[in-house]
This record gives sequence, structure tokens and C-alpha cells, in this order.
Amino acid sequence: MAFLEESSAVPGIAAISAASPRDYIALLKPRVMSLVVFTALTGLLFAPHHVNVVIGFASLLAIAVGAGAAGALNMWYDADIDALMRRTCRRPIPTGKITGREALGFGLTLAVFAVLTLALVANLFAAALLAFTIFFYVAIYTMWLKRSTPQNIVIGGAAGALPPLVGYVAATGQVSLCALILFTLIFVWTPPHFWALALVRSAEYGRAGVPMLPNVKGADRTRLEILIYSLVLALLGAAPFLLGFASVFYGCLSAVLGAAFVALAFDVYRVRSGDRANQCAMRLFGFSILYLFLLFAELLGERIIALATGS
Amino acid sequence: MELEHRSEETVLTPEQIKSRRQRNIAIGLAVGLLVLLFYAVTIVKLDPGILNRPL
Repeated sequence: MAFLEESSAVPGIAAISAASPRDYIALLKPRVMSLVVFTALTGLLFAPHHVNVVIGFASLLAIAVGAGAAGALNMWYDADIDALMRRTCRRPIPTGKITGREALGFGLTLAVFAVLTLALVANLFAAALLAFTIFFYVAIYTMWLKRSTPQNIVIGGAAGALPPLVGYVAATGQVSLCALILFTLIFVWTPPHFWALALVRSAEYGRAGVPMLPNVKGADRTRLEILIYSLVLALLGAAPFLLGFASVFYGCLSAVLGAAFVALAFDVYRVRSGDRANQCAMRLFGFSILYLFLLFAELLGERIIALATGS
Repeated sequence: MELEHRSEETVLTPEQIKSRRQRNIAIGLAVGLLVLLFYAVTIVKLDPGILNRPL
């Protein structure tokens, strides 16, 4: 990592980084990492056999660091557009706390370490899947799709949906229907989640030149697609129960939460102007986070109880 | 000669010294954690059966 830059604004004082560990942690997108750990843990515990605590912890750590590395590489590549948006302008690179080269070195180092660690502690399949997740997020989503198509987060959402699959594969060495359901759940959840935010922040995305759906196809088309995805998501949310992976309680919870998701999406579709339209969109955005958290928390809780009771 | 050499050395501000120290501590802790993690994983993967191998 290049802590010493080539030039300095102050003669006699080299431009040595004044970044704190906290700035480097910010590069890892800790909030995204916490979601990755949460969903990967759910995938890991869905393994049909007992997973050693140490191996499980090491695997989760590797997956979390891999996700963080992808976040750092995303911030390295997107520093130019991050500086133009209110939500991202305080990130370490736009504020000058960390240089792009430092972020690149940091991200690549962590990515290599995370993949090798997962290969050593779990298996090659899981490591390859983690490497693919990082590659997909950085090269396919960040470098290509994000700036070229309004379907960026639809396809790119696969990167965010892979952690439970990686967790399951780390524990078992293979893919199963249950792991694929968890993947699909996050994959279908991603578009309405991000488009709700994009409706409110469309001007910022427009300034930054990011072709989000509201900027390219218009707000009305976005509202319709949010509603369609929400309907599919509400049905898919019940799949773990319908396929026998979760309890009746989960089935009821997914039905209630799914109905609330669709109701909020319908509000977004119906209210199209003024502050109220933005309020509806932000309400859906906030609820979408709660929705995914509660579904995965319930699945995780049921699995922990099942493992503890040996059922 | 010694003084001339010193004048070319990098001068750090108190903020740079503080942040470098913090980074060093963080790297040290991370490496220490990694050593412990790999030690624990090795012990788990070795399995108790390793002691019963034929000589």
C-alpha cells in the first residue's frame, strides 16, 4: 500500500497518510458486511450436518472480509461518482482520507486473503464462489453494468445474493434447493429496495451519470416495476415454508410481511407527486431492510433451535 | 553530514504520527487474530485421530 504519496502540498512535510483504522473500516462498507455475515450464517447453518464452530467462524470471517474487499474495490472505482452524491460524498476516498491507490491495494490484498483462507478452512468450491462474488460485484456490476444499463442493480444484485449460497457451500461443499431459495429471495428483493431509494435520489444519480431506472425509463415505469417485483417477492418469501424448510410460524410471518411489502409498494405506485411520494418511497426502502432482516432472523432462529434440540 | 542527512528526512505532523501508530496497532491485532485463527483451524482439522496414526 502506498502510504507515501509522490508530492506534498506543504514543503518539508511528506504526504503520508493520516487515515485512521476507522477510515479503512469504512472502506469495507461495514453495514453491508453485517448483512453479508447475517445471510451467510443463515446459509451455513442450513447445512444438514453439524458444522464445527471454529470452521464455521473462520468461514464466516473469510466471507465477510471478501465482501469488505469487494466494497473497498467498489469505492476505489466509483470514487468519481461517489464525490457527486450526498449519500456517498463522505466516503474515505472523496474526502481525501485514503487515496485511490491505497484503497485498490487494500481491497486486492483482502480479496486474495479472504479467498485463500476460505479455500484452506472450508473447501475450494466455496472459495471459487467467493472469488466469483467479488469479481461479479467489482468487474461486472461496478465497472460495467452500473454505468451502462438501468438493469444494473437487477443483474448486479446477484453479487449481494450470493453470501448465503457461499455459506452453505462452505459448510457442505455443494449447492442445494434450500440455498438457492435464499439466494433468489435476496436477488428478487434487491430491485424494489434500491429503486425505492433511486426514486427519491434520481436527481443525484442523474448528476453522477448513473443510469438508474427512474432516470432512464421514468418514475412511473419504476413504480410499476417495484410493484411487480414486490408481488413476486411476497410469493417467494413464503417459499421456505412451502418447500418444507421453515415452520408454519415462518409461513405466517412471511405472509404478513409480504402483504405489508406489497401494500407499501402499492402506495409508491399510487402516490406519484409531491413530498408524500418521496415519503412513500422512503418508507418502502426502510421497510424492505426490516423485511429481509426479519425473514432471515426467523429462518436463523428456527435453525439454531433445531440444532440445539437435535431435531 | 549527519545533519544534512537529517534535513532530508520526512517530517511527520502529530496527526500523521498518531494515525500511523493507530494503523500499526490495527495491523498488529489483525495479524495476531489471524495467527490464532489459523492455529485453531489447524487443531480442529488435525482431528484427535492424528495421534493414533501408525509409526
